[in-house]
Amino acid sequence: MEPLDRDLEEGLLELPSEPMMLNMGPSHPAMHGTVRIVLELSGEVIQKADVQIGYLHRGFEKMCERGTWTQIFPYVDRCNYVSPMLNNVGFALAVEKMLGVTVPERCQYYRVALGELARICDHMICSGAMCMELGAFTPFLYFARAREIIWDIFEEETGARVTHSFGRVGGMANPPTKYFKDMVRAGVPRVLQLISEGEKLLLKNRIFLDRLEGVGVMSKEDALALGWTGVVLRASGVPYDVRRAHPYMVYDRMEFDVPVGTTGDNYDRFMCRQEEIRQTARIIEQALDQMPDEGPINIEDPRIVLPPKQDVYTTIEATIQHFKIVMEGIKVPAGECYSYTEAGNGELGFYLVSDGSGTPYRVRIRPPCFATTQGLEQLITGLMIPDVVPTFGSLNMIGGECDH
Amino acid sequence: MSKRVLEILKSKFGDDIYETHSQFGDDTAVVNPQRWREIARFLRDDPQCAMNMFVDLTAVDYIGRQTPRFEVVLHLRSMERNQRIRLKARIGDDEANNVEIDSVVPVWKGANWFERECFDMFGVNFKGHPDLRRILMYPEFVGYPLRKDYPADKTQPLVELRNVPDKLPPFSTDEGMPFGRQTHDYPRGEETN
Repeated sequence: MEPLDRDLEEGLLELPSEPMMLNMGPSHPAMHGTVRIVLELSGEVIQKADVQIGYLHRGFEKMCERGTWTQIFPYVDRCNYVSPMLNNVGFALAVEKMLGVTVPERCQYYRVALGELARICDHMICSGAMCMELGAFTPFLYFARAREIIWDIFEEETGARVTHSFGRVGGMANPPTKYFKDMVRAGVPRVLQLISEGEKLLLKNRIFLDRLEGVGVMSKEDALALGWTGVVLRASGVPYDVRRAHPYMVYDRMEFDVPVGTTGDNYDRFMCRQEEIRQTARIIEQALDQMPDEGPINIEDPRIVLPPKQDVYTTIEATIQHFKIVMEGIKVPAGECYSYTEAGNGELGFYLVSDGSGTPYRVRIRPPCFATTQGLEQLITGLMIPDVVPTFGSLNMIGGECDH
Repeated sequence: MSKRVLEILKSKFGDDIYETHSQFGDDTAVVNPQRWREIARFLRDDPQCAMNMFVDLTAVDYIGRQTPRFEVVLHLRSMERNQRIRLKARIGDDEANNVEIDSVVPVWKGANWFERECFDMFGVNFKGHPDLRRILMYPEFVGYPLRKDYPADKTQPLVELRNVPDKLPPFSTDEGMPFGRQTHDYPRGEETN
């Protein structure tokens, strides 16, 4: 029997190979946050990608130039809305660096404990959202349940579940409640247990592993040149953790390991994050053990910290002091400083410029995921469309922070 | 900590390092904008400095306070030596002319989006940047929002539907299901082709 295509030339049998443009986002079920990716495809392989951000831009830096230094705390809350406490502490430390003050030891431990709780939340949301986007809905529920335990602690301590606005320059809004240590000691083991159960559903799942392993590889040198920090950098094999390299607060007294990946693929990023949750739990335990039960939380400087409410209502000095801080703001010495802390997804930097008045002249936030998201283009070029979802998920991009 | 880097810079570039200080412990060098990229490359390649990690790039608008109006601020860190430095260059006059400086994307590719943001917010023109367009604001936006002479409460008009070839507006008269009762309020005779 003769072949059917004997009259056709070879060239006509090939499928047309014009590149196809595909738009993902900005609102897409498999992309958390509002990011738009314009893909140029050849078949199912991505040849070119253009990552577009800015859909959540709210003019954070412009807003900061209008109020007092204290009024920025609610804004930084809303920058990273999965771990607001770390942003609060980061900004408070930046202003304290310019003022040249150090908060009392009890407050430092309190900040470390609360910040590390927020870090657990941050990592869980990222891992949970990533598996949910890959179709594994059940582990997400385990992680959400664990997050609920931490949020209950936060609610008890700060009065709010998500956006606490709890940090203050020179201390915290309130001292720890009476049962803070007991709550955390009871809560964290349950969180860890839930995380282990959720992990068991994932780490023996062939589909989950196949979509992570060897996908989205980033080399050490590229990660550094791109300005990556945090878990994504450590997964590429660079052991850089701000808490270890430049210890701030009381991190130099804590014992913890810095998990480091080997290949820098999605699987490494996922596993580094999971391991870091366990190391974070260790830090919390040590912080609670070392934290004194008595002692001041705020520094004693009437120019920086608001007086007790009781005094404001009864004495004229405290009323004036309160008025001056609220109406004029804290006077920060003129100059510039760059302060950096380890946030949930990397090095969170604040570059502050003050002209000596109660209003900041310039507040620059260096969001860790801004640098991370710019590497996405390089990561997904050459991969297939379904690989975009886990790769994007493993970067822990937070829209509010990335878009300022 | 890294005072030594400032010393190295001063001995290598001499008069092109205008001033240095270490306020609040952050080592800072104000450099000649003409040699911006050259100094950046030196900082990365010199084994004594080894600034292989790009941290941050931004600008500050000192209108009415300083004669070159803008200050481009670059933060770097060395992974091996665990040291940091801040590099600044002053550019532009009060009317925002000549706001341009060499791009450092050829040195650290991570500067790409940071420079785009800086262009978007301050209108700093980075010479040699591969893809300089707005990143946080939309292309139709007029002005540079983080300049001090841009009013914080200014509003801009909504953007027209962009002219995309082959793209029809959703639910035109001849497509899909029209909303509203055509029999009553559809203007007959005007839109029938």
